[in-house]
Amino acid sequence: MSYLVDSVDVIVVGGGHAGCEAALASARMGKSTIMFTISLDSIALMPCNPNVGGSSKGHLVREIDALGGEMGKNIDKTYIQSKMLNVGKGPAVYSLRAQADKFKYSKEMLKTIENTDNLRIVQEEVIDIILEDGTCKGIVTLGGLIYKSKAVVICSGTYLKSRCLYGETIVNSGPNGLKTAMFLSDNLKDKGVRMYRFKTGTPARIDKRSIDFSKMKLENGDENIVPFSFTNKEEDIKRDQIPCWLTYTNENTHKIIQDNLYRSPMYSGVIKATGTRYCPSIEDKIVKFSDKDRHQVFIEPEGENTNQMYVQGMSTSLPEEVQIQMYRTIPGLENCEFIKFGYAIEYDCIDATQLNLKLEFKDIKNLFSAGQFNGSSGYEEAAAQGIVAGINAALSVDNKDPLIIDRSEGYIGVLIDDLVTKGTKEPYRMMTSRSEYRLLLRQDNADLRLTEKGYNVGLIPKERYENFINKKETIEKEIKRILKISVPPSEEVNRLLVNNDCTPISTGIKLADLIKRPELSYQKLSELDKNREDFSNEIQEQVNIQIKYKGYIDRQLKQVEQFKKMENKIIPIDIDYFNISGLRLEAKQKLSNIKPYNIGHASRISGVSPADIAVLVIYLEANKKN
Amino acid sequence: MNKSLDTIAAISTPIGNGGIGIVRISGDNALNILDKIFKTNKNVFEIKSHTINYGHIKDDDQIIDEVLVSIMLAPKTYTCENIVEINCHGGIKSLNLVLDTVLKYGARLAEPGEFTKRAFLNGRIDLSQAEAVIDIINSKTELSHKIALKQLDGNLSSKIGELRDKVILMIATIEASIDYPEHDMEELNLKEVRSKSLELIKEIDLLIDGESKGKILKEGLETVILGRPNVGKSSLLNVILKEERAIVTDVEGTTRDILQEYVSIKGIPLKLIDTAGIRHTNDIVEKIGVEKSKKIAENSDLVLIILDNSKDLIEDDIDLLKKYNKDDSIIILNKIDLESKLDEATLLKYVDKEQIIRISTKEFLGLEDLYNKIKQMFFNGDLNISDEIIISKARHKESLINAKNSLENVIKTIDDGFTEDFISIDLQDSYKYLGEITGETLEEDIIDKIFSEFCLGK
Repeated sequence: MSYLVDSVDVIVVGGGHAGCEAALASARMGKSTIMFTISLDSIALMPCNPNVGGSSKGHLVREIDALGGEMGKNIDKTYIQSKMLNVGKGPAVYSLRAQADKFKYSKEMLKTIENTDNLRIVQEEVIDIILEDGTCKGIVTLGGLIYKSKAVVICSGTYLKSRCLYGETIVNSGPNGLKTAMFLSDNLKDKGVRMYRFKTGTPARIDKRSIDFSKMKLENGDENIVPFSFTNKEEDIKRDQIPCWLTYTNENTHKIIQDNLYRSPMYSGVIKATGTRYCPSIEDKIVKFSDKDRHQVFIEPEGENTNQMYVQGMSTSLPEEVQIQMYRTIPGLENCEFIKFGYAIEYDCIDATQLNLKLEFKDIKNLFSAGQFNGSSGYEEAAAQGIVAGINAALSVDNKDPLIIDRSEGYIGVLIDDLVTKGTKEPYRMMTSRSEYRLLLRQDNADLRLTEKGYNVGLIPKERYENFINKKETIEKEIKRILKISVPPSEEVNRLLVNNDCTPISTGIKLADLIKRPELSYQKLSELDKNREDFSNEIQEQVNIQIKYKGYIDRQLKQVEQFKKMENKIIPIDIDYFNISGLRLEAKQKLSNIKPYNIGHASRISGVSPADIAVLVIYLEANKKN
Repeated sequence: MNKSLDTIAAISTPIGNGGIGIVRISGDNALNILDKIFKTNKNVFEIKSHTINYGHIKDDDQIIDEVLVSIMLAPKTYTCENIVEINCHGGIKSLNLVLDTVLKYGARLAEPGEFTKRAFLNGRIDLSQAEAVIDIINSKTELSHKIALKQLDGNLSSKIGELRDKVILMIATIEASIDYPEHDMEELNLKEVRSKSLELIKEIDLLIDGESKGKILKEGLETVILGRPNVGKSSLLNVILKEERAIVTDVEGTTRDILQEYVSIKGIPLKLIDTAGIRHTNDIVEKIGVEKSKKIAENSDLVLIILDNSKDLIEDDIDLLKKYNKDDSIIILNKIDLESKLDEATLLKYVDKEQIIRISTKEFLGLEDLYNKIKQMFFNGDLNISDEIIISKARHKESLINAKNSLENVIKTIDDGFTEDFISIDLQDSYKYLGEITGETLEEDIIDKIFSEFCLGK
């Protein structure tokens, strides 16, 4: 029994961080869009940690914002603490992170979605896609309703056949006790989609009133905060911040875990899914790093007006009684009361190498996907894929060229290329070390890198784009001006140098060379530069970074040049790898499966060796000549 | 059609009148081709791999040669493909006939270096090993042959691998501290990164230093013999040539006045250059020759200045000493079989006593002293390369220098007080450059560049 309800341009399955960005992008690009969610209460839900950003994830959020996405704006509205991490380690790895008021975060996102033109929400479980001649034409709901569309984006998160494990207790549910989606993954499997089973987990939530904060270290936010969205200024979003707290595990904690390890589903073998190495459970940490006598535990509020406290670093799937005992060994948590217990969650996701760089299934036209469904982990990773999948779904409706961000343009490019080219055998987490060109891919210049692309697809309004062009030109002009300035070895100059613990000069020197000194900066030298205009902090920062680190930036640009050379060696789509005799069998299989766009892309496939690439290059050359 | 699909063949032994010569066939069709041209009492498809088989090569009914055929089945062969090697009687005519027959029945003539190229492409050897094969083929002395063999063995590759491991470990430490900002990991010790980078630079320097040695061992020590006419330059050359094995004679491209010979003295390959007699002259033709000689002398690795011990120094001699004597020149006093008339006190004004060697080319006196002196001057007399890794390719040296420069940038970055992310950019570069040597880092066109050097056959 089936009933055709509606026909739209784009359908988005799921209302998490990926689904929200996908649906908003599509609708804002003028496409009629429906977003299906299993529960209206779980829009942009943060079922795990109550924060956005962090190392490399902060970069993703700023890139999403530069493309015209929502995550940065939404966290700016709802943050309760903001911090720039890694400031001692260099501008490329500065990482913005904000604690969120989870409840507000969801509410604000829902509000935005409900008030976006071309976008509707439907609370229904999607159980199948409609597939005709290798093309996706819509979806079917649990109630048998049919919604047709020109493109579908699946962002089903951790809901597919999910089950939560609390020690020996197993509950068939989605995250946070929500309903699980029982049918979609089997129906996709029937259509030839290869699925994996992944696992992730979360710690307990503790009642604030039961915590003795006097035994913990106070962790405050930064005094000067940087907004995530390039559309916001510090003064627009400045507000009182709420502290977090730091404490540690100890030998007693570890002993309780050791004694009960056999009851952990991870270790007893009940969980067969693959977990992530990047945010391990406390059991994992104790087993794998047995030489460490303590581990950090951060206590973070889940919101402004709640007593629920998140216990970061104590993710666990041990039985609830064990959780109570082990948490209570931690200084400050001796009398802690549990509001929610920690659990591990297992779910179905796909082998992402079935996708192309558009995030579309190679074998199912017009079917896109994003987020944990693709094997990633984290809100930011999900949102980043969501916006790209949403944009490409909308573009495909009009048969327009897709949006592909390459590895030298953004962390989003690195993330998607890694997922679809290398695939992942565990939940994939973004890290700065995954990016080869991170000196160029800084969080501070995400707008300079990507606003143009956002504007071209229609997600950046004209006014914002003009402001951006203005900013860009101002920076370039100011750098040019600075490069021409020399300073004399005058008393005034040397006084300023000495005041900054810097060696005085005896001959004239370029101002740019002074900026390059580690003790100095563009900002600190303003006194010597009488004609300087009063620029915004953002512009000053750009000028400073681009002058100060020019040598390094130039070296990185050279690396990018090499990279582009390999990316420009295009591989014809109709190539038959099984016909190339020099290739090893594994390489033939991998190349046929991934269908790389170019030689650079091919060289990143795991299981394809440099010798295979040499064969391929020679084959292409030989064919060109013939 | 796919070029690498087909079966290739070539004569794999040097062309000449050797006892036997080998035609090698490699590829899927090797056995099919053999089946058509090999007259034997066995079924070629049932012959065990890695065996030698007696029979005749035929074209239809016509017998071409009596041969021994080695059959080696993939993948355990030089190219990882099926290989057939036909051991023929060595005459050039018979070899060519066999090759023609093989080509007639479906093989393609191999391009220079193509067998080795396939070994590389099929993953049997890495880039530095493939290059070693070129060197083995081209090696002019026993030592350079030995170096190439060791490289083929993978000793350079494993050394580079070791260096790369050290770099990646440093990268990992830095990355971990960046990706887990709030974790109370042990603080990254920049001093340690600095000292480790220094150590690596030292190791790379050793390899780079070895390059000049490798180059000398490979290309020969450029040695120029200077002296005015009739002091015995040509005699010395002749004596050396007679005593030591001449490796190559008659090198093209020099003027009629300059003669080049390769000899091996105590294992050191010497490229001996005999120059036209250097002296003041107004004869225009000769003047050109003299100018040329001077230029060569200035660029050479070793200068041998010959003086006639039976005559006193004349102005031309002194001029020569003034112009060409360097601390590392050898001053040879020839004709010590005759009465000495050379005033040593005058000579010592221009040269050091240590530099002087006395010989007689006529009576074969003092030559051993000369050889020992040469050996001692280079490599401190130590020619034992058993434990050393010797770089003999300019390409390798370039990559090593780049890797070293990157590590020097790392140190500079630390000294300048810059932070972790700037350190890792140069560590990445150095990792990449080291990988170029083994081919793990693939840059544009590198493969084609290398294989164009390969010679036919192997």
